[in-house]
Amino acid sequence: MNQNRPSSATSRDLTWSRQVRVALTVNGRQFSDTVPARVTLLDWLREGAGLTGTKKGCNEGACGTCTVLIDGRRMNACLTLLAQCQGRSVTTVEGIAGPDGTLHPVQQAFIEHDALQCGYCTPGQVVSAVACIAEGHATDESSVREWMSGNVCRCSCYPQITAAVLDAAKRIGDKAQGGAS
Amino acid sequence: MTAAQTMSRVEAPLKVTGAAKYAADHTPPGTLHAVLVGAPAPAGRITGIDTAAALAECGVVKVLTAKDMPRFGEVKPPAAVLSLPLQENIFRFEGEPVALVLAESIEAAEAGRAAVVVRFDAATPVLPGSGWREPPPTPRLLGDDVALGDAASGLAQGAVKIDQAYFQEARHHNAMETAATVAQFENGKLTLWDSVQASGNVPPVVAAALGMNADDIRVICPHTGGGFGSKGYVWPHQIIAAAAARIVQRPVKLHLRRHDQFVCVGYQPRLEQRIQLAATRDGRLTAIVHEAVNACAIADTYVEPATEASKSLYAAPAIRTRQWLERSNINVPTPMRAPVEGPGLWALESAMNELAAALEIDPLDLRLFNHADVEPMTKKPWSSKKLREAYQEGARLFGWAGRDQRTRQDGPWRIGYGMATSTMGSFRFAAGARVRLKADGTARIEANTHDIGTGTQTVFCRIAAEELGLPIENVSIAWGDTRLPPSGPVYGSSATGGTGSAVALACRELKAQLGRLGAGNDPRTLLGEAGLPEIVADGAFTLPGGAPFNANGDGTPFAMSTWGAIFVEVGIDPEFGLVRLRRAVGAYSAGRIINLKTAISQMTGGIIWGWGKATMEESVQDPTTGAWLAKNLSNVAVPVNADIPSDITIHFVEEYDEHASAIGARGIGELGATGVDAAVAAAIFDAVGVRIRELPILPWKILGEHAPG
Amino acid sequence: MKAFDYACSTDPHQVAAALHVPGTAIVAGGTEILNWMRLGIAAPDRLIDIDGLTGATDVRVDANHLSVGAGVTLNAVGENTQVRQYAHVLAEACLQAASAQVRNRATLGGNVLQKTRCAYFRSEDPLPWPCNKRNAGTGCAARSGSNERHAIFGWMDACVAVQPSDPAVALACLDAEAVVISARGERSVALTQFHFTQEEAASAGGDPAQLETRLGADDVIVRYRIPLRPGSRSAYVKVRERASYEYALVSAAAAVELDGDRIRSARIALGSVAQRPWRLVEAEARLRGMRLARDAIDTALHGAMGAARPLARNGYKIMLAHNAARRALLLAGGLA
Repeated sequence: MNQNRPSSATSRDLTWSRQVRVALTVNGRQFSDTVPARVTLLDWLREGAGLTGTKKGCNEGACGTCTVLIDGRRMNACLTLLAQCQGRSVTTVEGIAGPDGTLHPVQQAFIEHDALQCGYCTPGQVVSAVACIAEGHATDESSVREWMSGNVCRCSCYPQITAAVLDAAKRIGDKAQGGAS
Repeated sequence: MTAAQTMSRVEAPLKVTGAAKYAADHTPPGTLHAVLVGAPAPAGRITGIDTAAALAECGVVKVLTAKDMPRFGEVKPPAAVLSLPLQENIFRFEGEPVALVLAESIEAAEAGRAAVVVRFDAATPVLPGSGWREPPPTPRLLGDDVALGDAASGLAQGAVKIDQAYFQEARHHNAMETAATVAQFENGKLTLWDSVQASGNVPPVVAAALGMNADDIRVICPHTGGGFGSKGYVWPHQIIAAAAARIVQRPVKLHLRRHDQFVCVGYQPRLEQRIQLAATRDGRLTAIVHEAVNACAIADTYVEPATEASKSLYAAPAIRTRQWLERSNINVPTPMRAPVEGPGLWALESAMNELAAALEIDPLDLRLFNHADVEPMTKKPWSSKKLREAYQEGARLFGWAGRDQRTRQDGPWRIGYGMATSTMGSFRFAAGARVRLKADGTARIEANTHDIGTGTQTVFCRIAAEELGLPIENVSIAWGDTRLPPSGPVYGSSATGGTGSAVALACRELKAQLGRLGAGNDPRTLLGEAGLPEIVADGAFTLPGGAPFNANGDGTPFAMSTWGAIFVEVGIDPEFGLVRLRRAVGAYSAGRIINLKTAISQMTGGIIWGWGKATMEESVQDPTTGAWLAKNLSNVAVPVNADIPSDITIHFVEEYDEHASAIGARGIGELGATGVDAAVAAAIFDAVGVRIRELPILPWKILGEHAPG
Repeated sequence: MKAFDYACSTDPHQVAAALHVPGTAIVAGGTEILNWMRLGIAAPDRLIDIDGLTGATDVRVDANHLSVGAGVTLNAVGENTQVRQYAHVLAEACLQAASAQVRNRATLGGNVLQKTRCAYFRSEDPLPWPCNKRNAGTGCAARSGSNERHAIFGWMDACVAVQPSDPAVALACLDAEAVVISARGERSVALTQFHFTQEEAASAGGDPAQLETRLGADDVIVRYRIPLRPGSRSAYVKVRERASYEYALVSAAAAVELDGDRIRSARIALGSVAQRPWRLVEAEARLRGMRLARDAIDTALHGAMGAARPLARNGYKIMLAHNAARRALLLAGGLA
């Protein structure tokens, strides 16, 4: 995990800096930026990288609207400093569909099951659902409900979200099986 | 359900890919980020604001205080706050904006806020529960005190009486998108990218405050990240953002922090209600007396007209209602899903369930015995009412009649059942829409309506496709811009009936125009032959007397409302005081349903809102300062996915209301959230015999606060 | 948040040395400290990122101990097969904390250092009310305010906060110890002794509202060591009004070893009743040799709540804690 860290030398002399230079991959694209150390991944994505799909809902890790994948794991971008993303690979909602714009099965299922209303939490829900399925937690209703509880939907589409995640998991599973045979 | 009725929402692909733009997603070049500084105490007078440390923060450009702000012109509703902040040294609630930090980055603006020092002389605040009670000012939009028949003798005549107080704590909308306004001046004209439910409300209010011409203000709002009432009226932050942009001559982005949201855009107030019911031994109501007191601000007024619920739901010969305000040092409340009957039914339907228990009558039968066949106050006929069918179908789908035969225990969970009536008055707003029918056989709707997630875009496209006989994929819609033809707001469960009717009327006018062009229905042929690239028609949904707003069919020969029946099954863990939803059925009489798929989502959401209100949502005021105890989502609970079972069934009674709108529809947005709390409380009583009259029903209320170990 | 200098280190000794400079703080997952900085609870001048800290990144089992790195995230702890096998209650506590996303950032090291969820404390500067934890000497608004979620054990008028960590309750139940490195070398701190109640803080000569743990300013938690007890079974019960993504009103961790239906040994820790995990040592002693059954447990727990001193609004917690402890014991024994 730490091979790419900038100043992990065993030397007693640490390099302290108020401005940090960060190189990372976002949705497969290389980014490099120098920012104040206090800049969060969330604010940088939205204001620095122009990727406004990731939303700010609470800025304290209590709502999940800013969910992104960091090295494949879902995390709250508001609880992550950009500096902590040095050398990492970030996937936002803008990177979920295929390069040709083909919707991911999760996105397709969200549309078909009407698992969204105002849409503000939807980017976080979609990213979270992709991870939930990849983690193997989309096995049944109760598991999906628990493992999707980090994404608050105030319009309250929960039954539809649960159905969409289960449906997408099945489609992904079917496709994987089909591919294997 | 036909295929057409199950249409997926038209804007969904934008939303699942992150392409949908919300107000704060706009950052014009040169934008300054703004953060509000709130008053540090509930009441007092500012003696000085020290901005030096904030200005020393790298990136902070300016700190605006009352001294820097223009004297705002007088604003009127739809301004939510008439005593605008940043105008004087007095503050009347904790968090009232007293300064605005403008910076080159969000980080600098936030750090600047923390560095501003507000010096003040504290005044003794009026605390919640200790404020004075006063009758709300008149005239009232809703909530007039009424007296039908002789309530005193009706109460005296009853063989069985209920006289109880019901309480609900304040709670906030907590939309996932906090309100945001991006303001930009160019050549004296103002553009606002704003997060609103009715952008047409914004220009007149901002123009009045800033001494501008409303026509010089454009509001753009393609998507709104949840409103629920909090983005309906015009709030001070919208004026402040515009004023700041004019002062600094740069675009200003004021994206309220979650913390600010609690004091800047309203909430549903704390309410105490008293219900007195009397009935004959066989369950006929002889009187309903309903009093409601809602908490309110010192300088601004919001009446929560909860007593409306008791005026029209049941056929009682005597009905008396009374509203009160109790002012204290807190920000002003505003409508919140569901207002009016939302709080009102918590009291009325809880009392009805208690009455049913006292009479030993099935609570559903008690409602049927007292069904209002005509509007009780005016005796007018209803425009359309299928509540009896909703009761019947809801009960059937739920298995209400057989509930006592089912198991009452599931592991540690004791199972209980409860029901209540849902109802919401019919709010109608005048609305317009333009429809362009093009020679290529496509149609385009233009209307300044909004996308707050209620599915209106989809519904309007469906209406146009159906009226014009076009395939749905040939219809598109432009919305969310004050440059489009003015339309109705997206609040008060009114948009489908209002704007939807305007769309239908425009389409009917287009068909008339087509008819004049020749025989047949194919626009391609007719427009092609006439050599016309397109034909255009404006539709207008108008109300009696040309009024902008109509409640419940006033001034028409018909009374209008919406109804439903909600049935819930809950599990109670009596050792922990926990309550969990197991399943729910809602059946509704709300006129014609245009698109079943989105309508089901909306009603499901409403029931979940009701569940949140019943079991967890509260914004507590600290008893010694009156300030909100928590202004975040980590100390304030709203339901999460784990709370909500998939087993929620929605049924709409087949209905067409020819009087309420031009398309047979009434409103549904808020109906689903009503009555759920009373049904849940009844189910808890059914399970464990504890009658709870204070919302939310938290574990310690079920356990008893000083329960022995 | 205030601007700060940032550096990374994977060397615990280097981190400990850096912490010698006042105003230096650690960031691991960041799920707490970033919020502290936003609210004004903390305002470090220097933040040292300890991602990948040597010795803190893995889970392993040796002859006598399960050893869990402080840098392992809550999800990784909760889904680790060895943790699930040897310290089931810890896995359950981790997976019932926060949300899936937060658990992918939050580490077991940082988790036990999280601060109270008292809403008065978790407010943004400037606070409109007194809080001795935030501003020493101002008072405690919760003492006479909205204190449904506050302490029933160990509090003082100066502060009535509880410690909210779920894993800490499980670790205390399991007799775990934290392995800590500082300039003075390596030492172990028992999780039952790790946190101070307000009364204990005062007894230790500290500020009852501000002294929360036995860690020194330059201490770095590297690992947790959990004694292996073959045959021990454990369970975690978390009572919360919202079904997920919510802090406990009360929680209970229990571990039992059985001889048939008799209890050979039992350990019970309560959460969210005090500013530290609250072991029910006397009840544990009474349970030894008893049958694992509801009535017997009630008898053993009777009196365990005797030291409780409820506040004006949290008397319900006494019954809730009793019931949660009983449920956890029954679950651990496979009877609920």
